[in-house]
Amino acid sequence: MDFRTAKELLTLCYQEGQPISQIMLRRECALAETTPDTVKRRMSKALEIMRASATTPLESPGRSMGGLIGGEARHLAAHAAKKKGICGPVLQKAVTYAMAVLEVNASMGLIVAAPTAGSSGVVPGLLLALQEHYHISNERLLDGLFNAGAIGYLAMRNATVAGAVGGCQAEVGVAAAMAASAAVELMGGSPESCLDAASTVLMNMLGLVCDPVGGLVEYPCQGRNAAGVANALVAAELALSGIRQLIPFDEMLSAMYQVGRHIPAELRETALGGCATTPSACERCGCCG
Amino acid sequence: MSFISVFDVLGPNMIGPSSSHTAGAAVIAFLAHKLMAPPLTRADFTLYGSFAKTYHGHGTDRALLGGVLGFSPDDLCIRESFRIAGERGLAFTFTPNETETDVHPNTVDIRMENAAGQVMTVRGESLGGGKVRIVRINGVHVDFTGEYAAVIAIHQDKPGVVAHITKVLSDRGVNIAFMRLFREGKGDIAYSILESDGVLPDGIPEQLRTNPHIHDVMIVQP
Repeated sequence: MDFRTAKELLTLCYQEGQPISQIMLRRECALAETTPDTVKRRMSKALEIMRASATTPLESPGRSMGGLIGGEARHLAAHAAKKKGICGPVLQKAVTYAMAVLEVNASMGLIVAAPTAGSSGVVPGLLLALQEHYHISNERLLDGLFNAGAIGYLAMRNATVAGAVGGCQAEVGVAAAMAASAAVELMGGSPESCLDAASTVLMNMLGLVCDPVGGLVEYPCQGRNAAGVANALVAAELALSGIRQLIPFDEMLSAMYQVGRHIPAELRETALGGCATTPSACERCGCCG
Repeated sequence: MSFISVFDVLGPNMIGPSSSHTAGAAVIAFLAHKLMAPPLTRADFTLYGSFAKTYHGHGTDRALLGGVLGFSPDDLCIRESFRIAGERGLAFTFTPNETETDVHPNTVDIRMENAAGQVMTVRGESLGGGKVRIVRINGVHVDFTGEYAAVIAIHQDKPGVVAHITKVLSDRGVNIAFMRLFREGKGDIAYSILESDGVLPDGIPEQLRTNPHIHDVMIVQP
């Protein structure tokens, strides 16, 4: 059991009468020659690391290695506690968790790359927020992770998830596509709707550059993880309401890859353009001496 | 792994902040430390490319040191590796080299010394997503990833040595997935690297060393 494109994945879903998560789980078992129990145990461990990294900074925020971020998640949580939030509970929590994970990452804490370290907040942020609000079981949340894994696998296989190759659209963009697809499956949407949501995210984040201040995975990475969560939630909402996406995921992935290769090198993780070279960022960073 | 696993997408589980600059660095150093008989007494790291530029802010230094101390990329001890190295009597230095540019952007040379007085230099490249490649041992070009169990034999470039290695592995029921031979020159020192699926059985180094042309054998389990 294997698939190379979203189209082949969709065909398998209909042949087998199963959602994307179960096809991805069966693929893993077949190719790694292992059992669903073993794979699920390993994914449960990843989920627990995600949960710890999304919640620890709410109690004990840490300062990042480069000193550019730290404490943002606690700020957001305090804002929500005062009932001053304007995002609504799911987005508010998801953004808080996503930013928390980036704080942990930037302070040399333990995270799960999803699909990269710089985009590691988006998938756990949205899934954990949905779990709390809709009382989703841990077992069911694993389905969300396998679904997200299928989208990320297609991006790794047929495009790129490296900021140095495709810009931030390939990192946070793909992470948000993964989260959107997972959210749709968890909320009862069809495999087509999952892929529509993933495609919509790539469309809406197309062209986003990778321009880390000081070359560090801190700023604007953390804020972009929050934006990725919002994009994922919007795309999932559109798909769940029955709005179809004109451009299939395979085509959107290919478009994202092509756009990535057109992004100049200065805007692909080299810290030579964009946010990284603004006067304020340069003053704060002091890297070039 | 020869396929993209769901754990390549949702993973690795790692100490941040960068899969190539932190996790990959830890993996390279971890592989390097497996090639030397413990305990190590000294480790000198030379950093090239973007390793040389952002090594402090991305904790590349702590990750490299943690790796040679035997910590895996998801071990929180990596954060404390400077202190732990001090406690274990491991001397270390970091030297950025920004003049040599004809290397992969994330490259490190690790020169290690152990208590027995052996010295070894390993060059590794961090390829992204925590994936790595070891490309030199003691100046000789090699190529392995540590994702498969590997037998690394250092031997004289003489007829019959490779036959001896494959015979020993075949007698132990080991299926060879990949096999490569690298040498400094004809009749000179050669490195045979054989990778296998699964875990290698015990006792292989001893059996390989029965051939007088084999100088040393290292085993890297996945």
